[in-house]
Amino acid sequence: MSPGPGFLKRSRPRYGEGAIKVLLVAAALVSVLTTVGIVIALIPSAVDFFREVGFGEFITGTDWSPLFSPPHFGVLPLVTGTLMVTLIALVVAVPLGLGAAVYLSEYAHRRVRAFFKPMLEVLAGIPTVVYGFFALTAITPLLQDIWPVGDPPQVFNALSAGFVMGIMIIPTVASLAEDSMNAVPNDLRDGAYALGSSRMQVATRVVFPAALSGIVAAIVLGISRAIGETMIVAIAAGGRPNLSFNPLEGMQTMTAFIAAAGIGDLPTGSIGYRTIFAVGLLLFVMTLVMNLVSIRLVRKYREVYE
Amino acid sequence: MTPPPDSSGGTRIPQVTYHGAPSLAEPVFEVGSLSVFYGAHEAVRDVNMTIGRRQITAMIGPSGCGKSTMIRCFNRMNDLIPGARVVGKIRYHNEDLYGRDVDPIEVRRRIGMVFQKPNPFPKSIYDNIAYGPRVGGFKGNLDDLVEETLTHAALWDEVKDKLKTSALALSGGQQQRLCIARTIAVKPEVILMDEPCSALDPIATMKIEDLMEQLAQEFTIIVVTHNMQQAARVSDRTAFFTADVDDKGERHGRLVEYDETERIFSNPSNQRTEDYISGRFG
Amino acid sequence: MGSDVLDKGAATGMPEAPRLKGRGTPLRERFFQLSLWASLAVGVVFLVWLLAYVVIEGWPRLDSRIWSNFPDIIDPTNAGAQSAIMGTIWVIAFTALYCLPTGILASIYLEEYADPNRWWNRVIEINIQNLAAVPSIVYGILGLGIISRGLGFGQTVLTASLTLSLLVLPTVIIASREAIRAVPQSIREASLALGATQWQTIWRQILPAAVPGMATGSILALSRAIGEAAPLLLLGGLTFITFNPTGVESPFTVLPIQIFNWISQSRAEFTALASAAIVVLLVILLAMNSLAIWLRNHYSHRW
Repeated sequence: MSPGPGFLKRSRPRYGEGAIKVLLVAAALVSVLTTVGIVIALIPSAVDFFREVGFGEFITGTDWSPLFSPPHFGVLPLVTGTLMVTLIALVVAVPLGLGAAVYLSEYAHRRVRAFFKPMLEVLAGIPTVVYGFFALTAITPLLQDIWPVGDPPQVFNALSAGFVMGIMIIPTVASLAEDSMNAVPNDLRDGAYALGSSRMQVATRVVFPAALSGIVAAIVLGISRAIGETMIVAIAAGGRPNLSFNPLEGMQTMTAFIAAAGIGDLPTGSIGYRTIFAVGLLLFVMTLVMNLVSIRLVRKYREVYE
Repeated sequence: MTPPPDSSGGTRIPQVTYHGAPSLAEPVFEVGSLSVFYGAHEAVRDVNMTIGRRQITAMIGPSGCGKSTMIRCFNRMNDLIPGARVVGKIRYHNEDLYGRDVDPIEVRRRIGMVFQKPNPFPKSIYDNIAYGPRVGGFKGNLDDLVEETLTHAALWDEVKDKLKTSALALSGGQQQRLCIARTIAVKPEVILMDEPCSALDPIATMKIEDLMEQLAQEFTIIVVTHNMQQAARVSDRTAFFTADVDDKGERHGRLVEYDETERIFSNPSNQRTEDYISGRFG
Repeated sequence: MGSDVLDKGAATGMPEAPRLKGRGTPLRERFFQLSLWASLAVGVVFLVWLLAYVVIEGWPRLDSRIWSNFPDIIDPTNAGAQSAIMGTIWVIAFTALYCLPTGILASIYLEEYADPNRWWNRVIEINIQNLAAVPSIVYGILGLGIISRGLGFGQTVLTASLTLSLLVLPTVIIASREAIRAVPQSIREASLALGATQWQTIWRQILPAAVPGMATGSILALSRAIGEAAPLLLLGGLTFITFNPTGVESPFTVLPIQIFNWISQSRAEFTALASAAIVVLLVILLAMNSLAIWLRNHYSHRW
């Protein structure tokens, strides 16, 4: 005799399972709500700002003095300040970060790795306010002392801020680049060694090109970090908007402006308060583009090798 | 939890017998035109077979022939693979296993499974055995159940003094027998074994085979194996699967021949079976 | 040396043996390797220099005043960071309370329930990866516009900890997912094959095995929150505060912001004070990191 029909139906209801799933989905949605929250925080105030100022003046103007009278709302000095510091940081972080990545992935013995990897983690864990302090009180005076020609750097300058920021993002660049190099299958290396390649040739002509999309992703993520970094520039690069390409001068970045304006506790609805959101929106869009490019590239190399 | 009552109700027993050897017992599973897809790929194609009660049914065949995919259909473990899809019917005591009201949890409480690599939980021996009854809401004396189960699986004497030690400290063969014991602790009707000995040495394998024969007195066992001798030694009936390669290079598993083990190994009716059995391919 | 052997071979009329001895690593190779090594060394030298610098600068002020006294604008010799240290503890405790459960639950959903082929799950996935790289000051704007002013929570411990929890949530999720992914699939299969439900499998098998990894990741995420200053500048963290928080409604300051405040003062005494506070901050972070690494090594499962 067979068991009765329907004997494989649920013997007792499991409401708990369903409730838990709802809870889990809700938790996962918090991250989506965060993005929605960022957009809701930025857009309305930014729209109010652009209604008052005009997008053209904002994006092409060369004078940023929103709290003076008469105020000027040309964001270019903040953008060039940001790009200047970012560029200096990249000059430091890209060669050193990629060099470190190649060394860790292709050369380092286990024990050497066991020493250097935690060092990079510690470097990544130092609060940015500490980096800023170091740039302002140690690097800048040192540069001023040893400066060989022309005028020495000012007390606030883009060079020290950019240099220290570059050191700060070495771990970001190195770890992502190393991941992508580790994902390169050993068959490729073995093939090249079998043809008599040296280690350097394998690293530069086989591994590096094969890992290229991951390496570019690492650099792009580094750029995103540099553009978004606040404390180092707020402390060491100064608070004066300055449309200049001289790294020895002080200049304000977008992030440093937002921080400075935020400290002021401006009244809601004032034009000064709204500048925070307009500049914030620009910053968010710039880093969003970088991040999406980086995410896309990482996916690409994962698809190829994993 | 209650094994279905036995005997008598055989309304659809196929009246096929060969040479007076053990005939197909009352059917537990009836598989009809079963195909399994992973995404668009058809891994197993159009399988028809009937599994008899309290028999050991072996599934053999070259690797990639879909026998592991096939065995995972019987307790709906394929549900766990995103994109896996089953077409056709598997009837379990006349109930469609893939029917809309069917709860895979209930299915798995009746149809247990032992895997290729011993996979005890990183817990004590006791907790490994007690896990199934606990999650199933067992309300009796757990200590008794654990002892009874381990005795049943011929493991009690080896582990009775170290029930509270980690199961990971056991040898591979003991771990696999613990996994079998863990499966029978929930008192299923059917035990699926997916290459249970492939990670074990010959002595451990022999102990598992002995255990299987003993368990076949109470349980219906389906075993996938790479090892033809094993199939010949322990099973009552054997299903031979193979893979056809289509023009795109994709492999589709297919049931070639299904018969009494003795007949498959002595006088197969299909040439491919014979080639495989005699070691000419595979 | 190598050429000696070859000469002999040639002299005795034997066929020339293939040369297997290397010519030694070419200079180019050595230089390349050295420069790679140097790239790592620069980071290490910088780290050592930075640590030595703050310890030396802060040494004169590194005494009990730093945690027993409150900030003092007039007299730097009397100033301490007690309200900032207590503020950090308050803010981080509530940050942990909000973001750890949320992050761990979200990671369970993404690893155990979400079908990666569904577009909405892919959106969540990319969204989290992007959020992990959104500048922290943008979270400050979120805190300012929505939490502080929009919801009216004001410049309080509550606003600060909610903002920081959103900031480190992606980090917690990513780390917890890795911990869950490290639990082998065979454990899930074993549990489900015994008739356990999905949640029973997660609760009784996956989570116990993943907890050490989750704890490590969570501690590292929280230590990031401890060092974070930028978003809190927008949330009133820079206010001059000479009392400890008494609840989530209290105004607050935290260590990194107190440090920023002292850096901005021009008098030299404040530089020493900032250095001393940095040392305190770094010691807290070092302790947390050590705990995380200890957990990772001590409880890591071997499957």
